[in-house]
Amino acid sequence: MNIVVLVKQVPDTWSERKLTDADHTLDRESADAVLDEINERAVEEALKLQEAHGGEVTVLAMGPDRATEAIRKALSMGADKAIHVSDAALHGSDVLATAKVLAKAIGTVEGVDLVIAGNEATDGRAGAIPAILAELLGLPQVTQVRKVEIDGTTVKAERETEEGVAFLEATLPAVVSVTEKINEPRYPSFKGIMAAKKKKVDTLSVADLGLDPAEVGLTGAWSSVLEAAPKPPRSAGQRVEDDGNGGAQIAEYLVGQKLI
Amino acid sequence: MLDFRLDEEYESLRKTVQEFAQEEVAPVIGDFYERNEFPYEIVAKMGRMGLFGLPFPEEYGGMGGDYFALCLALEELARVDSSVAITLEAGVSLGAVPLFRFGSEEQKREWLPRLCAGEQLGAFGLTEPGSGSDASGLRTTARLDGDEWVVNGTKAFITNSGTDITGLVTVAAVTGQREDGRKEISAILVPSGTPGFTVSKKYSKVGWNASDTRELSFEDCRVPAANLVGQRGRGYAQFLQTLDEGRVAIAALGVGLAQGCIDECLRYVGEREAFGHKIGEYQAIQFKIADMEVRTHLARLAYYEAAGRMLRGEPFKREAAIAKLVSSEAAMDNAREATQIFGGYGFMNEYPVGRFYRDAKILEIGEGTSEVQRMLIARELGLGR
Repeated sequence: MNIVVLVKQVPDTWSERKLTDADHTLDRESADAVLDEINERAVEEALKLQEAHGGEVTVLAMGPDRATEAIRKALSMGADKAIHVSDAALHGSDVLATAKVLAKAIGTVEGVDLVIAGNEATDGRAGAIPAILAELLGLPQVTQVRKVEIDGTTVKAERETEEGVAFLEATLPAVVSVTEKINEPRYPSFKGIMAAKKKKVDTLSVADLGLDPAEVGLTGAWSSVLEAAPKPPRSAGQRVEDDGNGGAQIAEYLVGQKLI
Repeated sequence: MLDFRLDEEYESLRKTVQEFAQEEVAPVIGDFYERNEFPYEIVAKMGRMGLFGLPFPEEYGGMGGDYFALCLALEELARVDSSVAITLEAGVSLGAVPLFRFGSEEQKREWLPRLCAGEQLGAFGLTEPGSGSDASGLRTTARLDGDEWVVNGTKAFITNSGTDITGLVTVAAVTGQREDGRKEISAILVPSGTPGFTVSKKYSKVGWNASDTRELSFEDCRVPAANLVGQRGRGYAQFLQTLDEGRVAIAALGVGLAQGCIDECLRYVGEREAFGHKIGEYQAIQFKIADMEVRTHLARLAYYEAAGRMLRGEPFKREAAIAKLVSSEAAMDNAREATQIFGGYGFMNEYPVGRFYRDAKILEIGEGTSEVQRMLIARELGLGR
């Protein structure tokens, strides 16, 4: 059971997140960088499956040099090794380019049975990478799952959406994305922290993956951000005095806003 | 030249425990404290992340770290809550370390794996109703009868001694008389549940209310002769070494509490307004917080240095006493000032600073009072009677 877990270093959701003025990409200096919490759950699920079925867990991250901190955290939780795709040409990559890079990087790992990702990152929030990646790799996709089981060469999962819960099965290898209900991630132990220092991290460039730098980054992106502005401060809102028919007034307001 | 920057793995550990304290301890500990309840689930989680095994080698189920790693964990826990910090401190430095340091290979194999995993807690029985740092006042006895020790006596204020997961108490007992006429003191391992070993109900304490502290009594309590920990008659020397190390751990815990006071105050003074301004804009408040920072910084340097000497195998008795003294005083002073800054809210139990205030005082008492620390420092300077 060889598993690749996709991890991403993101700005801490508690800190103030900004875009740069120059090219409207994430201002990485303005916020603390952390391993995305949903990725901690993805790593946890991979480690649980490894405990039950054996095999190796490889962590894969695309990001600037400092993303090694997020990779170390995943390794200190217990993952076996890591691949870090880092290249200045990747700056400003959209989801399509990112998925292309990740697909190529997954191709460098032998005998992959399962790819596990978080359902969406807390910064970009596109939530599209797992699906695009599955398409590029030609693998079945089982996204937004709250429970995963492996039964022989089949992955069984519970996919939870607003419409309800779907019980899905796919043949391995497959791509799975998990939601925050999947598990409670472990805290790394000191033994894990020290062991992580000795684990292998392969750093690959765009050229190493056989990709043309023009396909990725801002130049390769299919859309471009023309302008960005901080969201306006919250307005005071409308106050409803309850003079006996407050309920009806609130209902009217909600209907007016097309919320009910 | 000197460098107090943390190595990468220490820093990762510190951050991990900081996250744990904020996510798992901070939201719930106030309720445990209010109910005087021992937080089993939190302790189990601490066990799973390996905190109880920090300074022990992997062959005994430990994390292969060192005593400084333990100190960093204690500081980060105490920054949020001292009850869980003292549960870890006593479990490791008083419960498990004496066995690891002085116990037989058999004792280590039997007990350390469960203690390291936090599945069981160890306790350390030195203090008695009538004696603390003065070991000549010790009255608990252990008499060898055939191949058994028979223990009689009472121990007071023993941390971790009465939880559902307490596995053992290492008891200091008089086992005879030395040639110079002084008491011969030895350490005897008494497993929980041994007939004749009674655990009283919890004390009602001023602070540390989510930790377990009990009075213990031993009445013709029999344990195998093999339960002697270390050499017969070496008990007191062993306890002194254990206490020197424990002082550095308590210093780390005090620094955590002192830092927690700063954390809380910085948050509060940026929100609370009085006379048209945030109170943090007033110099009276700023100076208080600046002094809190100074005390905390100095105490942290003191315990880092004492721990460094300990790990390098250098003498550290004086440094441990200094660190424990300045840290416990920093904790007490910061807690008093933080409570003052919070005003009426500082007197309410629902705010952490009120808890800090109640938890700080014991730091000037436990593991040697501030007076005993000064006595030790003076002795190290060659002063004595």
